[in-house]
Amino acid sequence: MSQAACTVEVSDLIKAFRVNGQPLRVLDGVNLRADRGTFVTLIGPSGCGKSTLLNIVAGLQHPDQGQILFDGVATGDRLGRVGLMPQRDLLLPWRTVLGNALLGPELHGEDPEAARRDALSLLPLFGLQGFADSYPAALSGGMRQRAALLRTFLCRQGVLLLDEPFGALDALSRSGLQEWLLRVWQQFGYTVLFITHDVEEALFLSDRVYVLTERPARVCLELDVPLSRPRERAITLLPEFALLKQQVLAALAGTCPDETGRPR
Amino acid sequence: MNSTTQQKRSADPRRLWSAYAPPAALLVLFILAWQCATWLWQIESYLLPSPADVLRAGVEARGLLSNHVQQTLRETLLGFGLALLVGVVLAVTIDLSAFLRKALYPLLVISQTVPIMTLAPLLVIWLGYTIWPKIIVVALMCFFPIVVTTVDGLSSADPEMLALLQSMGATRRQVFRIVRVPGAIPALFSGIRIAVTYSVVGAIIGEWVGASQGLGVFMLRAANSFRTDWVFVAIALCSLLSILLFTVVSVAERLALPWYYTSTRAERWEEIEGEA
Ligand SMILES: Nc1ncnc2c1ncn2[C@@H]1O[C@H](COP(=O)(O)OP(=O)(O)OP(=O)(O)O)[C@@H](O)[C@H]1O
Ligand SMILES: [Mg+2]
Repeated sequence: MSQAACTVEVSDLIKAFRVNGQPLRVLDGVNLRADRGTFVTLIGPSGCGKSTLLNIVAGLQHPDQGQILFDGVATGDRLGRVGLMPQRDLLLPWRTVLGNALLGPELHGEDPEAARRDALSLLPLFGLQGFADSYPAALSGGMRQRAALLRTFLCRQGVLLLDEPFGALDALSRSGLQEWLLRVWQQFGYTVLFITHDVEEALFLSDRVYVLTERPARVCLELDVPLSRPRERAITLLPEFALLKQQVLAALAGTCPDETGRPR
Repeated sequence: MNSTTQQKRSADPRRLWSAYAPPAALLVLFILAWQCATWLWQIESYLLPSPADVLRAGVEARGLLSNHVQQTLRETLLGFGLALLVGVVLAVTIDLSAFLRKALYPLLVISQTVPIMTLAPLLVIWLGYTIWPKIIVVALMCFFPIVVTTVDGLSSADPEMLALLQSMGATRRQVFRIVRVPGAIPALFSGIRIAVTYSVVGAIIGEWVGASQGLGVFMLRAANSFRTDWVFVAIALCSLLSILLFTVVSVAERLALPWYYTSTRAERWEEIEGEA
């Protein structure tokens, strides 16, 4: 059932909402590309349109203009093709951790016994051992995030869209989960589109970082991260890392040159 | 973890006590005042029997009462069951179709403005002196809260949750079964709790219009022969039946919704109330 990872391309995406009768342009010609099996992060100011972009890639919303390409093919109906982890964990409160994790296999009509065994064997990796039968209300914030991630992983789609999965966490549990996410990702080899507000998180995790402008969002910096993998926390102290960080911060502050070469 | 489970065990009797002691104390106080009043002012028993009189009358009539109670309970349960069935079916229908929602909802509201007391004799004319008029009166009184709360429950699903399932490739039917129905169950239970408290009264009203057995009949006969003490016995039994049914529903709710009544939730409430 497991879908192979594929390359995701977003080309010239334009999207506007109507707010109080006025058009509100959110995405203003966004181009980006996540090669097969790579980890790509979008970073940008709050409200610039990152979640909207992910929703469009997931097929939940339709762009006004532009295309989403999977392995170079424009794909109209993308529902059920990607594993989306929304900004809020959205665990079903009436299902246990295991029940939530098994949502994907259940929807796809997989053999329940096999899926169950599969999920149970993954619990330790996701740090949820012994909590299979707990309800979400009894979990900590970090555990809820991990349960939501497990649910996303078990959808068995080659493309994962993770919308600020660690947004609600403190720095300590955050850095633990980052290292853990890298391990899990390396094991599964999916294509990941990741959203964050945290520059260090973006650089530590990704092969490539896209910095978006204020709304309406455009890509103002595309930055490859040439740090070797597997990565240790210590790389965040390297001078190369600091240099990359400075570039991203400068782009976020709006001083990166646009196409015409003038500073914004 | 350890300390919370211990806390829970020691808190349980305390919680029970704090829930039931105040109403029980008030009830006892009320009965005492009543007893004293009848005694002090020498009120005639056919006007207002003392609690002791009522108790004595209840013991005296217990052989007679058991059949009446059974009949009323039967009508209540059958009527309530019908209301539950009809209520849930209507709620789902209203939820599935925007057209039916517009068409049915106002009619349901209007149905509640018809006084039951005028409807009951008609039901007897149509259906005779059978159990059916009583069942239908109970059902008429009970189905409305069930429909309203269940419709609200079904439409209260989180849109983002629905979108998430959509993104996972779920069909409409799967979304309904996996998200919307389970999410509506707490609301359904709220409706059931309201409905069940009306149900016994519904059966009594049904019996007043025409029946040969039941607490309502017993009540009428007692009133006609100025056995005010028996009237009070019947009233007390009605209350007891209602409380019993309410308790059964509450217990069923707790068993059916373990995720809703988690100990974490109860403890948080306690903490918040403790701080206030
Ligand atoms: N369905 C919608 N209808 C109207 N406006 C919308 C809708 N969805 C999003 N918006 C608007 O689009 C803009 C971008 O929203 P979006 O959720 O994509 O931001 P974001 O970059 O994810 O922000 P954050 O980092 O705070 O999560 C916001 O101004 C928001 O108000
Ligand atoms: Mg967002």
